[in-house]
Amino acid sequence: MTTFAPGTFKPAPGRGSLPKMLFVHARTEALLTLRNGEQILLTVIIPLALLVALSLMTVIPMPEPRVGSATARIFALAIISSAFTGQAIALGFDRRYGVLKRLAASALPRWLLVAGRVSGALAVVAIQILLLGITALILGWRFPLSGLPWVILLIILGTLSFGALGVLLGGALRAEIVLALANIVWFVLLMVGGVALSVPVGFVHLLPSAALAQALETSVVYGTAPGVGPVAVLVAWGVVAGALATRTTKLT
Amino acid sequence: MSPNPQPAVEVSGLVKRYGSKTAVDGLDLVQQPGTVLALLGPNGAGKTTTVEICEGFRSADDGTVRVLGLSPADESLRPRIGVMPQGGGGYPGIRAEEMLNLVAACAANPLDPKWLIEVLGLSGAVRTPYKRLSGGQQQRLSLACALIGRPELVFLDEPTAGMDPQARRLVWDLVGALKDDGVSVLLTTHLMDEAEALADDVVIIDQGRVVAQGSPSELTANRADDQQLRFRARPGLDTSLLSAALPEGLKVREATRGAYVVEGLIDPQVVSTVTSWCAQQGVLAEELTVAKRSLEDVFLELTGRELRS
Repeated sequence: MTTFAPGTFKPAPGRGSLPKMLFVHARTEALLTLRNGEQILLTVIIPLALLVALSLMTVIPMPEPRVGSATARIFALAIISSAFTGQAIALGFDRRYGVLKRLAASALPRWLLVAGRVSGALAVVAIQILLLGITALILGWRFPLSGLPWVILLIILGTLSFGALGVLLGGALRAEIVLALANIVWFVLLMVGGVALSVPVGFVHLLPSAALAQALETSVVYGTAPGVGPVAVLVAWGVVAGALATRTTKLT
Repeated sequence: MSPNPQPAVEVSGLVKRYGSKTAVDGLDLVQQPGTVLALLGPNGAGKTTTVEICEGFRSADDGTVRVLGLSPADESLRPRIGVMPQGGGGYPGIRAEEMLNLVAACAANPLDPKWLIEVLGLSGAVRTPYKRLSGGQQQRLSLACALIGRPELVFLDEPTAGMDPQARRLVWDLVGALKDDGVSVLLTTHLMDEAEALADDVVIIDQGRVVAQGSPSELTANRADDQQLRFRARPGLDTSLLSAALPEGLKVREATRGAYVVEGLIDPQVVSTVTSWCAQQGVLAEELTVAKRSLEDVFLELTGRELRS
């Protein structure tokens, strides 16, 4: 028989400090992503390889300055990989393993459950962009620093919009279906969604992928503010996806 | 202090339907603070639905639920309760200690995660990702998550499912220690011995309704004439002589091979009659015991003996 000193479990309930909860939750989310081999392949290795390929392989049509354009497009791809595909798959399996219910049953407020996930995702995106940016600089990218605030804003906006889309997908369907769909959508957006190449078809500009790539190209290559059009498209997708996701996301 | 302390859990007229199926059908229960209450019932009786409504995971279709005097939807309730959902819960890739640290960060005065990991026998699996833990290990981690915030009230949904006998015993000891420290525990189980060993009060539910409630001893000894005398002897003895010698209303049968049962009001005279009959037969009555009905007898009597799909 295991005995416990009297008073060991004497109730002393209370909620932890909000900043600490947010920090520990965001750190956990980021750490789990960075520890997951498939996530690293999707969010870091493939974008890095494509950045090198688009920069050096002149058979692929790419507007000049070549490395700058490639960098902007790969930043967009990295955000889609991480915030949409990675988030959707992670959420699908987190639900399968009951972690959302587990955390919802703790003293963690519901809004913090979302805030922690968003912060974790932003931390991962920051690491991706840092690695890709350094690689791009080595490949000869000349970044007009006047674009830095815009690039940062677009990265955050892109992460939020694609994150909302990722939650919409990962929060509603079975994990295996999420896995398949999230990868297919990623591939389609990369090839014909205006990410790797600009696609001169009207409706493609209304896709969040083309909007993000186009907006980033303006700020990454020319250091100027992105056009209102692409930003409006991104915001619209994010708002609609977020509103839908709050109704459709299930804990398990 | 009011003379009647506020109940830990108070449920009245609770109804929950899933489509055309009524999972909980007008259920009432009251749990006094600092006690252990077991919801006992066959699979599909409505135990988990009831508990999840109390935990705030599901909404009731009708009836009222008060947990520590609050509505289950009240966010201020959350730090005061500890929840062990059925089947546990964790990030697939997380390690036990990381998961426990995360839940500990949500509490103002958490228990020491390292200590709890050790107590629950998870020290050997601290680096194992959650998805590779055995069912019993996941359950133990989930229990640790339920306790770490030093709650006033703990909900344990099938806490020992998938556990080996050692772990099960540990959970029983833990529940005892929680009770001794004044924590209220509401647990669900379909294991009679678990309910009998742990609970101050047992609520037997079936098809969403309460079919009996009381302390284990009240439930098992509600009728004085509902006792049993059991003994073992050579199989196949002719019990008709014994039947004739026993007072009116007592029944004797060979329940299984060599195991004899006399049912009714067992008094010293009955014991004497049985032993002298055995002496006449030239057999020794072994393992002769007088027992009340077990909780299992009560349970099967109330919920039926046929298998549920």
